Amino acid sequence: MGEENVMSDDILVIAEHDGSNVVDVTFEMLSAARELAKDSGGKVLAAMAGGAALAGSLGAFDRVYLIDDPAVSNYSPEAFEKAFTHVVRDVDPGLVLTSTSTMGLDLAGGLSVAWPAPLVSYVVGLGREGDDVVATSQIYGGKLLAEVVVDSPHAICALIAGSFSGQPSPEAGSPDVETVSLEGIGPSRTSALAVHEPDSGGVDITAADILVSVGRGIGSKENLEIIEELAEALGAPLAASRPVTDQGWLSKPHQVGKSGKKVKPRAYLAFGISGAPEHLEGMRDSELIIACNTDPDAPIFDVAHYGTTVDLFDLVPELTECIQA
Amino acid sequence: MVLLKQLPDLVEELEPSPDGTDIDREFIKFILNEFDDQALEEALVTKESSGAEVIVVALDEPEVDQVLYTALAKGADRAVKLTGVPAGTWVPTHLRAAILAPFVRELAPDLVLTGVQSAEDLDGQLASLLGGYLDLPHAAVVVGLEVKDSIARVVQELGSGRSVEEQITLPAVLGIQAASQAPRYAPISKIRQAMQAGGLEELEAPAPVDSADIAIAQVRIRRLYAPEKSTHAEMLTGDPGEVATRIAEILRSKGLVKA
Amino acid sequence: MPVGGRKQPPVVVEKPEATAVSTISGRSWELPGMWNRMFEPRVLSDYTATGFARIAGLPGGESLEWCYGCGKCVPVCPVDLVGEYGPRKIHRKVQTGMDLFSSDDLWLCTSCANCLRVCPKEVDMTKVMPAVREAAIGDGMVPAELQDVFEKTFRNGNCLGENPRRRNAWTRAAGVPVRVLPTDPGAVDVLFYVEDYWSYHPRGQQAAQCFARILAALDVDFAILGPEEKTLGDSQRVAGEKGLFEALMEDVAATLDKYEFKRIVTPDPHGFNALKKVYPKYGHNYEVSHYTQFLAPLVDKIPFRSEVRHRVTFHDPCYLGRHNGEYDAPRTILDAIPGIELVEMGRCRENGYCCGGGGGGMWLDGFTANHTSERLSERRVREAAETGADVLAVCCPYEVSRFEDAAKSTGNDQLRVMDIVELVDMAMGGTGAV
Repeated sequence: MGEENVMSDDILVIAEHDGSNVVDVTFEMLSAARELAKDSGGKVLAAMAGGAALAGSLGAFDRVYLIDDPAVSNYSPEAFEKAFTHVVRDVDPGLVLTSTSTMGLDLAGGLSVAWPAPLVSYVVGLGREGDDVVATSQIYGGKLLAEVVVDSPHAICALIAGSFSGQPSPEAGSPDVETVSLEGIGPSRTSALAVHEPDSGGVDITAADILVSVGRGIGSKENLEIIEELAEALGAPLAASRPVTDQGWLSKPHQVGKSGKKVKPRAYLAFGISGAPEHLEGMRDSELIIACNTDPDAPIFDVAHYGTTVDLFDLVPELTECIQA
Repeated sequence: MVLLKQLPDLVEELEPSPDGTDIDREFIKFILNEFDDQALEEALVTKESSGAEVIVVALDEPEVDQVLYTALAKGADRAVKLTGVPAGTWVPTHLRAAILAPFVRELAPDLVLTGVQSAEDLDGQLASLLGGYLDLPHAAVVVGLEVKDSIARVVQELGSGRSVEEQITLPAVLGIQAASQAPRYAPISKIRQAMQAGGLEELEAPAPVDSADIAIAQVRIRRLYAPEKSTHAEMLTGDPGEVATRIAEILRSKGLVKA
Repeated sequence: MPVGGRKQPPVVVEKPEATAVSTISGRSWELPGMWNRMFEPRVLSDYTATGFARIAGLPGGESLEWCYGCGKCVPVCPVDLVGEYGPRKIHRKVQTGMDLFSSDDLWLCTSCANCLRVCPKEVDMTKVMPAVREAAIGDGMVPAELQDVFEKTFRNGNCLGENPRRRNAWTRAAGVPVRVLPTDPGAVDVLFYVEDYWSYHPRGQQAAQCFARILAALDVDFAILGPEEKTLGDSQRVAGEKGLFEALMEDVAATLDKYEFKRIVTPDPHGFNALKKVYPKYGHNYEVSHYTQFLAPLVDKIPFRSEVRHRVTFHDPCYLGRHNGEYDAPRTILDAIPGIELVEMGRCRENGYCCGGGGGGMWLDGFTANHTSERLSERRVREAAETGADVLAVCCPYEVSRFEDAAKSTGNDQLRVMDIVELVDMAMGGTGAV
């Protein structure tokens, strides 16, 4: 391997925030980066666009590049991509970590082309072997893992949230913040109009003790009736996986998972949910998970405490009766 | 323009191939990536509201003809299959984007739609990679789209129930998460009519964008394996009545059932 | 609730009082409303025939407007018994302005043909409904559950969306060799057309294995198409997807052309119906029998070893009985099995009650549930239980799973649902005998 292929030891984490808080995945990326930099002694840096008031909670990073510019005051894929590309080129780290959030999906591909650097997505494990980054990715809906070797002086990894542990560390003190200006990055063809905050629509699935959750296996909106009866018997709100809300069978506020809500009830009852990684991300921390799915190999059973392959259409009415008894 | 991709049917058992760097593709059924189906539906809805022409494009992949004819039967105006691409193996998304980029540039559509992601996107998602190669604005996780003149109003989901609405000057590439209505049904008689009419255009795929070589070569799958099921649910067996009784007991023991 | 479920009371239109004037004497009388009905047009004629125009214009849709309202079809309609339906009611609704093409009623008919049996005007709902459904599907109106099945069938050649390469997976546990034509071509006497549920459904696979053992015991020269088999698609046709049916038929006919066989034997009355009555219309002719018709003449040769001490009642499949006139072959086999006591249900043979699975009903469970007080299969299982039988014998692959579910949900767990071949196999000694 030639001299030019030696990767810098520094790791740049693309920090995420929702306007009022730094999002948890940022700290997961931080701990993954620290682990990686442990032996090499590389620095772990953060870059964040907007959210200047939140930079203080990034004290655990060696340095924070804060892009403070009206262009990034609201989320815009184009402005953010240009801004981060600018920082990445300037800082020239070996590895950039982002997540598979909307912002991460928007950024990773464009950055990979512009920087340029190879990209590995859906990452759930990360290590180094010599100069190579070795990433483990979850593909085919979580059915297989791929161990990927990146032989390049630069690399980008997009991590799946919830795969690494990591907590905010308020005691870390105030960070070393460098403010970056965006002069000369050119006009944007994308302009943000508005950010819509969650519309609870009357249900709050994050506050419930027990959730009855339903997935694609329910088959149709009409079939929801039996699930509703069970939920009523248990006094639990209805939750759902992505396909159910995409079909319009239940409204968006019911959705659990990456693009919905993260829930942590005392009991989570999953019916007809196979357990795509995006769904598991939103409910795996529940105290008790009971899953019903006819496919014995469904990934939901890997996080569930109890499972059954009995058909939900047979089980649910029986269960409602047992609860009412 | 809608970009479609065939994926192994995830209902099937997927097994690593003998050399362990790809899945065994010999006995697998391939189906259209479900997000691409959403992208197609959104394109057809846009056509109905704004009179656009819809062109569906796919690489020459297993069982793709049926998918393209189905798109024609649903209302797409043109269907193009790009031939001469690697077959019977995993196509890195960088390579896919690098093949499609010159083609898209030549046809210069106002809007390119594709699924937000696919289960094979080990090296990134198509919308942002293609946007990168073409230097076009792009957005992922799109759940709302309205096109007027050369402006698209786009709603992107940000997670945790938040979303952002923005205005993009076309042309642009969008990764569609969900169309505004469930994908429509194409009666088989219409698909067969489309097949008999033979409106599928087969074109030689253009040479991939040069700069993509590095990024593709530098990512190598060393091993593909099924996740070890470290923890697994305790399975409850028996007839529905017995299982229901057990679940009710478990919930009662946690004090989660009132009375 | 009345026996039939959610019944609506009849709508009585009270007429106002009227004055009748004699044309002879010029005297007039005040008439109460009850009498007045005789002098004013009946409500029945207050309609226009426009609702029938589009339906009658469809090939197969002509007969709905022939109805003259006698209503004989309503009490024999299995859907009306658990809901508010019946062909005469549909006719009346169309008369009074219902758009059948966009109505939920369109998808409730199971094409059991019991109405046709009693209809003096030969209004044929088994042709009307598929025709109107086909048009509705063309307009983009199709229940989601059914759309899913159509797409799976088109993609995979079977309604379950299973991998075609696993068509013959069931043969591994059959206990006897099963020849698969694509890997072992050459002339064969009987082509065993397994169809979807016997190929893939766990309970169906057990029946397929039993049938293979019976054929082997009878020294029948038989083979299957294995991965090259596709569904014959008759229920998809009746559910309105004629294009899908025709696409499947072209593939099936091309496959059958490749191999040399004398006759086809199938366990599926729907597939049997397609091969016997529909394929010939397109110029594809085969000698085909339902498996009960194939086995009935051979019962004396079946090597029975032990008695099956069960009280058995038998459910006539609509597509074997009413559609194709075969009531005796299944009973001949059941009578031949040593130890079996056969008891009939009130509704049997020509008046057999429908399991609810025909005409697409198999794939509209959730949809239909919203329009009925109970599943047709549940209704039927209660009738079976009332006979005191401990086994409900069937000979249609749709029925084992439908009735087993229904036996559980109606609390009739004592009732075992078994295919006739399973009873024969049991009497032959099962896997232990091969």
